[in-house]
Amino acid sequence: MAERVNRFAVGSGGWELASWYFMRLSGILLLGLALGHLVIMHVLHGVETIDSAFVLGRLANPVWQVYDWLLLTLALLHGFNGLRIIIDDYVHASAWRMTLQSIGYIAAFLAFVVGSVVIWAA
Amino acid sequence: MKVHFRIRRYDPEKAPKPYWQDFEVEVEPTDRVLDGLHYIKWYQDGTLTFRRSCGHGICGSDAMVINGRNRLACKALVKELGSRIVVEPLRGFRVIKDLVVDMEGFFAKYRAVKPYLITRSPEPEKEWIQSPEDRARFDDTTKCILCAACTTACPSFWANRDFIGPAAIVQAHRFIFDSRDEGAEERLAVLHSRDGVWRCRTVFNCVEACPRGIDVTRAIEEVKRLLLTRKL
Ligand code: SF4
Ligand code: FES
Repeated sequence: MAERVNRFAVGSGGWELASWYFMRLSGILLLGLALGHLVIMHVLHGVETIDSAFVLGRLANPVWQVYDWLLLTLALLHGFNGLRIIIDDYVHASAWRMTLQSIGYIAAFLAFVVGSVVIWAA
Repeated sequence: MKVHFRIRRYDPEKAPKPYWQDFEVEVEPTDRVLDGLHYIKWYQDGTLTFRRSCGHGICGSDAMVINGRNRLACKALVKELGSRIVVEPLRGFRVIKDLVVDMEGFFAKYRAVKPYLITRSPEPEKEWIQSPEDRARFDDTTKCILCAACTTACPSFWANRDFIGPAAIVQAHRFIFDSRDEGAEERLAVLHSRDGVWRCRTVFNCVEACPRGIDVTRAIEEVKRLLLTRKL
């Protein structure tokens, strides 16, 4: 495989730096948020006692709304950004890469909208 | 002791595909893999082609895959490997012949980070002075011999040959963190590009591969942190 060695687009890594830093910050936050979620939903309350009334009851409290929305948004961005990086690493044909990345962006956006509507409209 | 060598051969002028060839060699346990290769080349098959120069782990020309790991043939002892030794060319480079790989791209990336002292201040009367503490700051990365063991052990590089790779980052680190150097901006501009340090996924293969024991991933992370703190 020929290596293109003179194409270092100097200084175009600002986005990558932001993404790298975001992955670390969101990783730390997600650890706390996800563990908290796990404890509430599976340790303090058994799965068998959880029904829609329980979930709606929790979401009536703005604190839990913010909590769940943060968990959703960070997990979504963290996960889809990871996917973006994997596609960037392994898919080199530009048409394929553009297609897959676009699907990723659209899927992330849709999931974000649906999730946010559920949480805030509960 | 008798050692069975299994070597990945390739000669595009004779056969379009690489193939395996086996050799039985009589060596001392304290011999190096390089001695075995020499024995084969000198007494069994003169067409076996590989690079080596110093024979003492300092020129960096004989990195190859030995029993699945990147090592210098001149540093890998037979007694540490046992009686079956498998030798392949470095992964991720184009093979030219047998164990000789095309390192043009590797060195182009090395040149891209400007691996020489850059100064702008007026020259001092005598030499540029540096305190022992400042010298210690980049001591680890001065040890690099450009053998390419790290870069060719890196999955990010295998997946994307445009990635500048650990070796070039180590070389850049050696000057960026040198208190006498004033060319950090130019090097950081290259490392901050899309195919620069951000392609590193912290896999740590480079650390395991480096025959000089350099903390390669630490050097890469230090460059990332420097880029981050300059931004924040
Ligand atoms: S950092 Fe180590 S493995 Fe990489 S080129 Fe330098 S000496 Fe070889
Ligand atoms: S021959 Fe020089 S490093 Fe092995």
